[in-house]
Amino acid sequence: MACRNVNVHNLSKLVRYFSQKTTEQETKVASRMGFLKGKPLYLDAQATTPLDPRVLDAMMPYMTHSYGNPHSRTHMYGWESEEAVETARQHISNLIGANPKEIIFTSGATESNNLAIKGIAHFYGAKKRHIITTQTEHKCVLDSCRALEGEGFEVTYLPVRSTGIISLDELESAIRPDTALVSIMAVNNEIGVKQPIKEIGKLCKSKKVFFHTDAAQAVGKITVDVNDQNIDLMSISGHKLYGPKGIGALFVRRKPRVRLEPLQSGGGQERGLRSGTVPTPIVVGFGEACRIAKEEMEYDHAWMTKLSNLLLEKISKNLPEVVRNGDDVHTYPGCLNLSFAFVEGESLLMALKDIALSSGSACTSASLEPSYVLRAIGADEDLAHSSIRFGFGRFTTVDEVEYTAEKCIKHVKRLREMSPLWEMHQEGIDIKSIKWSQH
Amino acid sequence: MAAPVTRAEVLKIYKTMLRESSKFSFYNYRMYAVRRVKDAFREQKAVSDTSEIQQHLLEAHRFLDIIKRQAIVGDLYKFDKLVIEVENNKKH
Repeated sequence: MACRNVNVHNLSKLVRYFSQKTTEQETKVASRMGFLKGKPLYLDAQATTPLDPRVLDAMMPYMTHSYGNPHSRTHMYGWESEEAVETARQHISNLIGANPKEIIFTSGATESNNLAIKGIAHFYGAKKRHIITTQTEHKCVLDSCRALEGEGFEVTYLPVRSTGIISLDELESAIRPDTALVSIMAVNNEIGVKQPIKEIGKLCKSKKVFFHTDAAQAVGKITVDVNDQNIDLMSISGHKLYGPKGIGALFVRRKPRVRLEPLQSGGGQERGLRSGTVPTPIVVGFGEACRIAKEEMEYDHAWMTKLSNLLLEKISKNLPEVVRNGDDVHTYPGCLNLSFAFVEGESLLMALKDIALSSGSACTSASLEPSYVLRAIGADEDLAHSSIRFGFGRFTTVDEVEYTAEKCIKHVKRLREMSPLWEMHQEGIDIKSIKWSQH
Repeated sequence: MAAPVTRAEVLKIYKTMLRESSKFSFYNYRMYAVRRVKDAFREQKAVSDTSEIQQHLLEAHRFLDIIKRQAIVGDLYKFDKLVIEVENNKKH
């Protein structure tokens, strides 16, 4: 309950609140009390998505009576779990156009990224000592590369253009004879920009360099086909596509074979690349989530486009000086990153406390530093500080988006009215040209 | 060859699915289920092939079972209402 700071007076109200019977009475009391206005709306689908009820329904039997170890070969319990795991593997490979044997279950996209990047580097490291990635990758890719730099590998961090998209010419000229891997994400988690994966894949194939893509934000949302797009390794996450948390997968191409050095030693499960008992219930949930995603992709995508356009239209009609970060066209509509000039992002987030939003990645949301992704696309420091990411999902409603737009417009106007910089801007003073002097 | 599905049969499952969908206690699941059921029936309105209709009907029954079970699961735990539900109630 959202009631940590209640005093004694409110406590008696609280007791009465809990003793109410009907929901109607409950909500009446709650709204009268002011401090219990209900749970915030969820508009942070890039951080995680709610579990689809259909997914939970598929998982339940494996969380209760079907508890066998999928690697037990001597009894019925093991067999039924193994069958469920293999069906899930089939669903995942269907979604990305792969062979089920090419799917390795991991704990999530972070582990998949680590396994792909470090695994390739360690296996081919004797001859190939160079890796290419971009400045806007997820922290776990950048950190894996940083770790490899410590081991003596060379890493090129490609810059991106102001749209957030890399330049293929720059990528081509960065590829060297000793380049082992190119790792470029499919959809950016902060600005929703789609990289030209097919073109990158083609280029890497022609240069005989392995191509890894972090597709945690892309799989299940946009069409991904590992053969059509010439992807050699791909990271997928369960909880970004309405599946359970704690499960992900790494696609590892078999023809031509891509070899990796595993991160951990053990019983040799998952073709020896990821030892450890495969967690049947969440694997089943992940598989079901992928099956549903394939069926619903078109329907969901149309819904995201509708919600995204609705929010953008409402906000841009009512508020001047709003900048959309990233590309307008090559983008996933479920992620909308806006900068409200002259408004501090953190203040706006505080004002919009009944909406669960983020100024960027969940991993770095604890720091007040502006996002490195926004800096990489060349956003001004002040605009980078004023960004908010709106993330829509399958379960987001039109009412929620309208509510968010209204609140957002109201609070941006209020915060701007308090800002002397906004006032100066209104008077036509160019803030950037001011020489601030100390007296 | 199975017997052709009557219009009444389709309407019945449609109404049952909508009724059961509205029982999800979690706002977002409820709204999605209702929207998805309505759109699915609208999409399949033009289907005229008997065996295809049979197939869709089977699917609908399978979904109905999921909706019923999951609405119960959602009801087992108590959650706060979303701010949007509280405010909407106030207006009425």
